[in-house]
Amino acid sequence: MVKPTQKQLEERRKLGINQETVTHVTSTDFPGHWPGEDHSWDLDYFRNNLKVDFHSNDSRDASFSVIGLDASIANAFRRIMIAEIPTIAIDQVFMYHNTSIIQDEVLASRIGLIPFKGKKSGLQWMQWYKKSTEEDPSHSTPSDFNIIMLKLDIKCEWQEGGLQRAVAGETDPDKLYINHNVYAKHFTWEPVGAQEEMFGDEPIAPVHPDILIAKMRPGQRIYLKCHAIKGIGADHAKFSPVATASYRLMPTIDINSPIVGADAKKFMRCFPKGVIALQSVTAQDVREHPEELQGKEGEVKAVVDNPMKDTVSRECLRHEEFKDKVKLGRLRDHFIFRVESTGQWESDALFLESVRVLKTKAERVKRGLNAMMR
Amino acid sequence: MPGSIENEDVPMEDVHSDDEVEPTIGEDGNWVSWKDRIRVLTGATETAASFQFEGEDHTLGNALRYIIMKNPDVEFCGYSIPHPSESKMNLRIQTYDGVSVYSVLEKGLNDLIDLCDVVTEKFTAARDAYGKQ
Repeated sequence: MVKPTQKQLEERRKLGINQETVTHVTSTDFPGHWPGEDHSWDLDYFRNNLKVDFHSNDSRDASFSVIGLDASIANAFRRIMIAEIPTIAIDQVFMYHNTSIIQDEVLASRIGLIPFKGKKSGLQWMQWYKKSTEEDPSHSTPSDFNIIMLKLDIKCEWQEGGLQRAVAGETDPDKLYINHNVYAKHFTWEPVGAQEEMFGDEPIAPVHPDILIAKMRPGQRIYLKCHAIKGIGADHAKFSPVATASYRLMPTIDINSPIVGADAKKFMRCFPKGVIALQSVTAQDVREHPEELQGKEGEVKAVVDNPMKDTVSRECLRHEEFKDKVKLGRLRDHFIFRVESTGQWESDALFLESVRVLKTKAERVKRGLNAMMR
Repeated sequence: MPGSIENEDVPMEDVHSDDEVEPTIGEDGNWVSWKDRIRVLTGATETAASFQFEGEDHTLGNALRYIIMKNPDVEFCGYSIPHPSESKMNLRIQTYDGVSVYSVLEKGLNDLIDLCDVVTEKFTAARDAYGKQ
């Protein structure tokens, strides 16, 4: 078996970005692609090669690099984070009273989009609520383990002396009315059965208390009850636990022959701040590139500082003087993930959950395969 | 029995999770299914078969395709979603002489499960290390 050198492996990781085209896009780490090389699945090799680097880790916004994965696997994690991790959201709204100017169906669809949180173990204890469809009219019986009941009962009234102030010319609603803005915090949770015990110290509540749902004027009233259920983003985007979960590939910038003087400053301006830095040309540089750098010791030259900040705009390729001196690319197996949670989950926990879900999928198919083979 | 909103008895099928259901035999007798999750399409031989997965999409399809293509016994592996409004995913595997596609598929699933364990382990370690900084 031939073993590829470290240098070869580094070169193969890169995909090329030209002015109008991309090259070497697909991965080649398969048995039979490179003559004499192995490339069959090797867990120890994978473990030694896999690297995770955190860039930031807040509960609502995490950014991290996962290096050493194939795009098909990284994409599976991303897809699962968006569409297959469960949260709860309001699914049915029962209108008892709505004299506000916002129509029932518009109000109901706004209410569905409000993210709700609650104790993690309680949400795990909750089971799926099967909805009826046209083909299959059967549905689950609403119960404490599959439905969360929420109530919104709010009435807009005049403040003490508000009417007189309005007559006198006051127009600020905050000084005239009570409950003229309906917010997510006005929802009250009505625990049923074992729910009180299961959610305990972390009751069901909106993630953001100040989401504006409707505006009202004195005499108007909204009274409705809702059923929230556990669901996944594949069914409806309101169940998706992330605002976005995305990745991009690590950009690479290779300066093949030195860029010095005024050109270096121009080159730096082709990139976002922090990507290219300026250094002075050393005697060592002159020895390495005698043709280009003869007598230029002490002048500034462009060096790559932080390629992660690059947006790969390809601006530098539009200039004749840089075209042949620089090679842009990306690392095919370096994924810079960005996960923005909507608040029901911690962002880093979302990634771990996506890995767990992929594993569960594989296990389920394996069980199915074993049953089929019996 | 948990308390019920409408004061009704809860049917047993609601209480159980959907995971432990007995496998059934398909109507045409050609295939056997596990709650219709996986079946072998007609025309299969020991070294070349197409599998149909119910309720799966690109998420598992592409991941499984990658890991199966990493197996040196595999001549060809590809997946497709025959129709976007049906939640079905087809996976084709062809192997070199004498290797069973079923064992190749099982190895692929096992490798994918191992991969997930390694990713979890590495990710948790990196996160905890970052948290300590």
